[in-house]
Amino acid sequence: MIPLSGNLRPVLLHTPDGFLSVGVSLVFWLIAIGFVGLAIRRTQGQLGERQVPLMGVMAAFIFAAQMINFPVAGGTSGHLLGGALAAIVLGPWAGILVMTTVIAVQALVFQDGGLVVMGANIFNMGILTALIGYGLYRASVGRQRSVRLATAGVAAWLSVIAGALAVSFQLWLSGTSALRVVFPAMLGVHAVIGIGEALITVAALAFIARTRPDVLHQDSPSAGGLGWVVAGIAMALAVVLISPWASADPDGLERVASDLGFISAAAEAPYAIAPDYTITALGDGLLSTVLAGAIGLSIVAAIVMALARVARSRALHSKP
Amino acid sequence: MHVSSFDHYQGRVSPVHRLDPRVKVVVTVLFIVSTVLLPDGAWTAFGCSWLLLLAATRLAHLSLGFVISRSLVALPFALAAATAVFSVPGMPVFSVKAGPWTLVATDAGVIRFASIMLRSWIAVQMAIVLTATTQVPDLMHALRHLRVPGVLVATVSFMYRYLFVLSDEALRLLRARDARSAMPVEGAVASPSVLWRARVTGNMAGQLFIRSYERSERVYDAMLARGYAGTLMTINPHTMTRLDWLWLAASAAALAIVQLLGRVQLPGPI
Repeated sequence: MIPLSGNLRPVLLHTPDGFLSVGVSLVFWLIAIGFVGLAIRRTQGQLGERQVPLMGVMAAFIFAAQMINFPVAGGTSGHLLGGALAAIVLGPWAGILVMTTVIAVQALVFQDGGLVVMGANIFNMGILTALIGYGLYRASVGRQRSVRLATAGVAAWLSVIAGALAVSFQLWLSGTSALRVVFPAMLGVHAVIGIGEALITVAALAFIARTRPDVLHQDSPSAGGLGWVVAGIAMALAVVLISPWASADPDGLERVASDLGFISAAAEAPYAIAPDYTITALGDGLLSTVLAGAIGLSIVAAIVMALARVARSRALHSKP
Repeated sequence: MHVSSFDHYQGRVSPVHRLDPRVKVVVTVLFIVSTVLLPDGAWTAFGCSWLLLLAATRLAHLSLGFVISRSLVALPFALAAATAVFSVPGMPVFSVKAGPWTLVATDAGVIRFASIMLRSWIAVQMAIVLTATTQVPDLMHALRHLRVPGVLVATVSFMYRYLFVLSDEALRLLRARDARSAMPVEGAVASPSVLWRARVTGNMAGQLFIRSYERSERVYDAMLARGYAGTLMTINPHTMTRLDWLWLAASAAALAIVQLLGRVQLPGPI
């Protein structure tokens, strides 16, 4: 995953076909379909018939924005992934829809990312970035601008790292890569790439807030969104907890990898399909807890948001 | 960036071009799934898959060089699979000294790595054949027929329509930046700092966003003025002919045979 050219574009997150097992692909397709289906319905409610032209052009914007670079050092340059920016500026559901569209076109037209693994790519680059990007930013709504911008920057950085971690886990779960190698490598590279993402996101956000603040997705503090904040903070915490643990405990990782070798030689499909991922069979308490938390959080987040929506609609209907 | 730079072959005529796009999409997905499902070391099955791919390429009147050169896009990911060489238990084949560690490659690891690379390479080539033989509007219609939500298909169609327009916009912004010497110069006394460059880049992204947003408003107004009521109409319904069904059945049968080949223990030195 070390970039071969000087181009640090987060294209390293576009997994091609063949690197993830069918079981892992299927699980993440189900997660992606769930979120995207929700996103379609929510944006339809918010935007009505403006939905398609706005989302389509915004998706084209993200694609074009990913071409804009800025040189960092030597011959390398940083690029924008755009997931966090899309979610903050357009709102979380529109952000998910827009990133899904970008990923679909990149895979279908440019073969940048596979077709069978598209569910996982959508999760890594669209859903995680919306969860962390919007969730954290939403937590800072109502505060002064500098705090909001700083939060957006941190959110953008974390979203890139989360995507990298998710790819590492998916590669490991599919038996493609050794966790002890791919995890720190992806983490290291994307911690640097994420800085570029954070800087560009903050600058773009500041520019938009200066010139056309009416266009920014506005959330009144009383509106819903608590679910997003909870999910976003939880996901961000998971990322923050896993990364240093994994880097600081190579022995634990080596033990996991040797267990992995046995598991992957024995069977590919069963542990990848079930949400347990044979966590208990790995026998490492910390790993099982953290893995379960990180991977299951998105499912939990979906449930939380659905419940929040039901609760709010019930409250609305109960008014005289 | 221009549309024609990507669809050299889409306007051609061939047996594959004439197929119903639904058949092409379904066969491509089935082929990729079949390829990914093949177990490690199933060289005969991999070879047969590649032969099927070759047949599709020839029937589509595509040049093999074109397909192969486009298929190299996923090469950086080879590094991810490379770790498999050293981490799958088996008989040691060779060892590499990397600093304080000695990495031992096993036969099972090498087989796993080669299998992953082959699967990925074969799968992406089939996807290339699909995109090279299907016009994008037909591809969108096919997805719609295959029950992909209409909103998503319409959004993707819009994105495709405008991505070249907005990419040109982004290229103009980049050229304007270069023309104003906003990039660091080798050996200059005072080069702009990284933070300044990031702010310029962020402003460009923000500028592009605002232009895109306002463009989308104009697009929407134009559509309203032309009678847009929320759904995109088409005057090109696709119907499945007997030939299409035949292709579908033959492809499914061929893939089933490939799967069998991959799992049955053939006698002989394999």
